[in-house]
Amino acid sequence: MWKWLHPYAKPERSYQLASTLLPWFAISSVILLTIGVVWGLAFAPSEAYQKEYYRIIYIHVPAATLSMSVYMAMATAVLISMVWQLKLADATAAALAPVGATLTTIALITGAIWGAPSWGTSWVWDARLTSYLILLFLYLGVIALNNAFDDKALASRAAGILTLVGVVNIPIIKYSVEWWNTLHQTATISKFDSPSMSTEMLWPLLINITGFAFMIGTLTLIRFKNEVLARNSMRPWVIELATKEGIK
Amino acid sequence: MHFDSLSDFFAMGGHAFYVWWSYGITFVLLITLTVVSVIKRKSLLTQIAQQHEHEKKLKQMRKDKKKNES
Repeated sequence: MWKWLHPYAKPERSYQLASTLLPWFAISSVILLTIGVVWGLAFAPSEAYQKEYYRIIYIHVPAATLSMSVYMAMATAVLISMVWQLKLADATAAALAPVGATLTTIALITGAIWGAPSWGTSWVWDARLTSYLILLFLYLGVIALNNAFDDKALASRAAGILTLVGVVNIPIIKYSVEWWNTLHQTATISKFDSPSMSTEMLWPLLINITGFAFMIGTLTLIRFKNEVLARNSMRPWVIELATKEGIK
Repeated sequence: MHFDSLSDFFAMGGHAFYVWWSYGITFVLLITLTVVSVIKRKSLLTQIAQQHEHEKKLKQMRKDKKKNES
């Protein structure tokens, strides 16, 4: 039943698939993010207490939630690589790490800026903020390990172990707002039965989350292609591509 | 539109600093990652091509050397 997937274990085939998907992901993300950002900034109503600066939510929440999804995707890729020794899974994990690190940085910075007017402080060492900062350090550690060895297989194994150990941090981040007292509020949109947000505010947020997801896809595809090229630099098809596009 | 005028929009109800810095930093970070990722491809391909040229030259030299010896 899943046999149609088998040819994609070949790097060249997966590289071509990534090239085909790339423009669609890029176009979708640009369109969705344009709609979401313009809607969120200019058309959504203002919030009762925070007035206009609540609009930071339209980048803070997508970046924060998806940074954790990216981590789980990275851990899944590592698991696949360890169980089935699929080299392309290593390439996927290595491609995801810088994207996740950037998202985490965005969520931390926008959170600090948002905290200044709403909490009166940009940083507190409470459970949510501290565990989330550790997520950034995990990403940076994974990136550093990926670049620490010339042998890519060895680098991926080292980075993979750190990735899997770091998974324990994800539920801690997620439930930190419920387990401990923290300044950070609990989830706003994941409880769909009783959404604590008006639909006029919710729509641009959902559009932006989707737009961010497509943007993550775009960046991951670009970086995945790079990783595949780097890991197959001795293959004839890569050399052919390199002599065609490389020296000029 | 929620705002009465364009200047009203840019003022963000007196919180322009927070809103625009958040969006600005996010934009800059995302564009940087995109540019770095795209440039990486070019440098990778150049590097692979150069290495291939180098190996081709070495092979040729070895062949020539063998010819001269015999």
